[in-house]
Amino acid sequence: MNATTYQHWQLEIDAEGIAWASFDKAGESTNSLSSAVMNELGQMLDRLDANPPRGLVFRSGKAAGFIAGADIQEFTRLDTPEKALELVTRGWNLFNRLAAVRYPTLALVRGHCLGGGLELALACRYLLAVDEPGTKMGLPEVMLGIFPGWGGMLRLPQRVGPQAALDMMLTGKSIDAQRAKRMGLADECVPPRVMESAAKILLLSNKPRRPLPFLQRLLNGPFKALVASAARKQVAKRARPEHYPAPYAIIDIWARHQGNALAAPALIDGIVRSSTARNLVRVFFMQERLKGFGKETSFQARRVHVVGAGVMGGDIAAWCALRGLTVTLQDQGMERIAPALERAYAAWGKRIRNKLQLRDVMDRLIPDPEGQGAAQADVVIEAIYENLEAKHTLLSKLEAVMKPDAVLATNTSSLKLEDLRTVLAKPARLVGIHFFNPVAKMPLVEVVSAAGGDPEMARRAAAFVKQIDRLPLPVRSAPGFLVNAVLGPYMLAAMRAVDEGIAPETVDEAMLAFGMPMGPIELVDMVGLDVAMAAGKELAGADVEPPRCLLERFNAGHLGKKTGRGFYDHASGSGGKGGGKGAGRARPGLRPEPFRPVWPSVCSSPCSNVYSNSSMRVLLRMPIWPTPG
Amino acid sequence: MAYQPVYIVDGARTPFLKARNAPGPFSASDLAVQSGRALLMRQSFAPTDLDEVILGCASPSPDEVNIARVVALRMGCGHKVPAWTVMRNCASGMQAIDSAIANLQAGRAQLVLAGGTDALSHAPLLYNKAMVLWFAGMMQARTLGQKIGMFARLRPSALLSPVIGIMKGLTDPMVGLLMGQTAENLAWKFAISRQQMDEFSVRSHHRVVEGRAAGHYGEIVPLVDAKGRVYTEDDGVRLDSSVQGLAKLKPFFDKKYGRVTPGNSSQITDGAAWLILASAAAVEKWKLQPLGMISDSQWAGLDPAQMGLGPVHAATPILQRHGWGLNDIDAWEINEAFAAQVLGCVAAWESDEYCREQLGLAAALGTLPTDRLNVDGGAIALGHPVGASGARIVLHLLHVLRANQSRRGIASICIGGGLGGAMLVETL
Repeated sequence: MNATTYQHWQLEIDAEGIAWASFDKAGESTNSLSSAVMNELGQMLDRLDANPPRGLVFRSGKAAGFIAGADIQEFTRLDTPEKALELVTRGWNLFNRLAAVRYPTLALVRGHCLGGGLELALACRYLLAVDEPGTKMGLPEVMLGIFPGWGGMLRLPQRVGPQAALDMMLTGKSIDAQRAKRMGLADECVPPRVMESAAKILLLSNKPRRPLPFLQRLLNGPFKALVASAARKQVAKRARPEHYPAPYAIIDIWARHQGNALAAPALIDGIVRSSTARNLVRVFFMQERLKGFGKETSFQARRVHVVGAGVMGGDIAAWCALRGLTVTLQDQGMERIAPALERAYAAWGKRIRNKLQLRDVMDRLIPDPEGQGAAQADVVIEAIYENLEAKHTLLSKLEAVMKPDAVLATNTSSLKLEDLRTVLAKPARLVGIHFFNPVAKMPLVEVVSAAGGDPEMARRAAAFVKQIDRLPLPVRSAPGFLVNAVLGPYMLAAMRAVDEGIAPETVDEAMLAFGMPMGPIELVDMVGLDVAMAAGKELAGADVEPPRCLLERFNAGHLGKKTGRGFYDHASGSGGKGGGKGAGRARPGLRPEPFRPVWPSVCSSPCSNVYSNSSMRVLLRMPIWPTPG
Repeated sequence: MAYQPVYIVDGARTPFLKARNAPGPFSASDLAVQSGRALLMRQSFAPTDLDEVILGCASPSPDEVNIARVVALRMGCGHKVPAWTVMRNCASGMQAIDSAIANLQAGRAQLVLAGGTDALSHAPLLYNKAMVLWFAGMMQARTLGQKIGMFARLRPSALLSPVIGIMKGLTDPMVGLLMGQTAENLAWKFAISRQQMDEFSVRSHHRVVEGRAAGHYGEIVPLVDAKGRVYTEDDGVRLDSSVQGLAKLKPFFDKKYGRVTPGNSSQITDGAAWLILASAAAVEKWKLQPLGMISDSQWAGLDPAQMGLGPVHAATPILQRHGWGLNDIDAWEINEAFAAQVLGCVAAWESDEYCREQLGLAAALGTLPTDRLNVDGGAIALGHPVGASGARIVLHLLHVLRANQSRRGIASICIGGGLGGAMLVETL
């Protein structure tokens, strides 16, 4: 065997003359395509040009993951149009070169293969997917406000047809190994035990790629314009071009420029250096920072006990079970717990195709009417109704049976930790772990500490949040914590505007035009008018007069989406806004200024400069763009 | 060597759900998992701290042949806790306990989860022999013509008369009798009337209803299915059971002329029951507070055609070893496979002839007081999920003893094929 070691790659030629290129990015736990990595890939191709192998296999040298994508750090340094153009050019040319080599090539994809990683795999003749839960393929560039400019827009539609390709590129969602095989993205899907052997056989098979079905070839050829127009209409329902140009650019580059972004240099600059992309990249790094808060202790939960099987408690429990924890779910009687189990069955049944995996998740979610699981739990979360007395009784009962070092948390959004913890023998241990509804779609979780709280318990709470794949945001105990303290005044101002005689549609339209993913009035309907009422009192104080429009509807029992009617009519099934089309136009005089910077007083972490349009989005994760997963 | 007692730390069971002519909502492993995980959840040790899991099951489904291992893994016992399935027909659950006892006594284990499960409503329908041969022919058919020829030979009568798996299971393979026919044998032998059987059955229902009201069924862990439906109680129990009502039922096993009806037989049911058994060392290590202990056990064989008398043959040696009469036992649980069979056991002990000839005693052992036998009812009302019943009666007996603050009891079960099993249970 003949091996050459690069900084990030290892190239071995085996006895059969097959070259194995193993990617193991130096100094990082995850493989990403930095410029140094791309340069070395070029050098490897030079070397193989001089002495062509029988075939070339790309694989990961890491224990987990193929290639996560481009190096996002490099995006932050694209301060001139030339640099952006250069970044796209380098990848486009290199992968075109790879696609044109005379010997067969194969990407052995095990683990995540995203963005530039999938573009590399697409440039190979064969794509072999390893059938493991971790294997995911996707082009998520759109979620960073950019596009897959290294050949993804060219090759993915050629491989799977334009509709499936646009779906992947415009939503950023990734697919698993079996699905990749079914849709023609992967040539084979094999278990890890035969992957090397399958790679060799496939590589030397000389097998031509399966041609696209005739219809798909038409759609990717003469009927491109039709597909593009349909896609643009779909996109328009979710995002406005002025706030979110990337999906429109993807459609245009595919339909008009054969997937080659270099043919439209103006688009490149408009996208790559747009404020949307810059902010989304910033959001990406902020998410990484939030994850960091979960890494400050080695605490790992195995068992979680949740009290309260209502919507929040039930969904928190179901989420924890989905993430591999054993969960006991307590409420007064099996009849109260059963609906939460039913919801979990239904939700995870849609999400998990494999019946055995679904069964395992549900086996981990244990109804516990007598609260017997609390004694063995590593994390106990109280999510009962917002009543101080009831919570006092519960918390002292829980503390009496819990392990001394277990995390005791409350999911309260309106009661103060300082008031709740008075009944505890060790008041310092109580933390807030505040989830948002719906739990499965809201990645942000506030980890609340009160003055004098045990910092280790806050660290453990954050580690637990990270463990269940949510983003822990440490905040101080203050009314509304961070998110609601920001949202509250915003929604209040919107409702005051309605009181002043502006139509709800107009208010919402103004904020949509500003760039919010959902109008504030529609948001009140989603959250529930009763919740808005209670939160308003908590945030503004009981003596502040609630908005008239809120009070009237609240008194009439129109509580929003859950009752079918609030500010909008939800019962009709049209999804909401009742008013005529004219009502939805923004009035020039209406300025989006309902924000008041209240948050610096509540945010205990240095990640406080999160006050921007896109930051609001990551906080709330109202789909900026179709949410992954 | 003296019998080294084994501690019963805790136990739980599912409600027993009557089979209603279609597969029930839970498989045998679902039943065992839902009750077992609830039991394990309340322990001071983790499921991974168990030394082994032993589960009795008379009819595991073909994809869960070692169902104990499936269940142990599903309950989170981890890869390293061994698990095995035992089968002794109606006493499979009791066999699991006895196997656990043996390993605890031998020092091979300190902490064992043992029990039984069966989902009889999921018992398979099998192809009959004619159909099996037809499939074999089909596999060999190569050409289209041959295949069409095979279809021409397909007989709808063969296709539409499957072998009912459960009927096979409930038929003795040696003497060819249905279990209910062995009960008819006992009724005939001891002159037990239809009236007596029906009265016994009504009492079983009533005792369950009273026991429920008195809170004697705390051992039950409710089940929840995928639709969020909750199952809290044994659903075969009839509040309105009456002798007049039962008198209307027709004999099922010896049609027309027999005495044994579905009403005075145990019900075909789905259910699971578990016990946690521990050595003295484990009790100390985990600071456990046992409910009681098992201080003797016995298996016995007898004529398969009279299998219902198994408890007589299994319990008598325990009494003899300790020098006790029937009266010295505070509470009895004799599994009610059939009313005729439990009444037959009582009659056998009262019979000089039977005790002399079959048990080698000088004379009749005596009378088993009715008020000490199955005080909270039995399988005629609750149902008999074959593999689970042996574990259920041991667990329930212990609860009866504790509720009455009494000392010792015997749980015994008759076993298809001509066997009996018995366990001596004591409070601490």
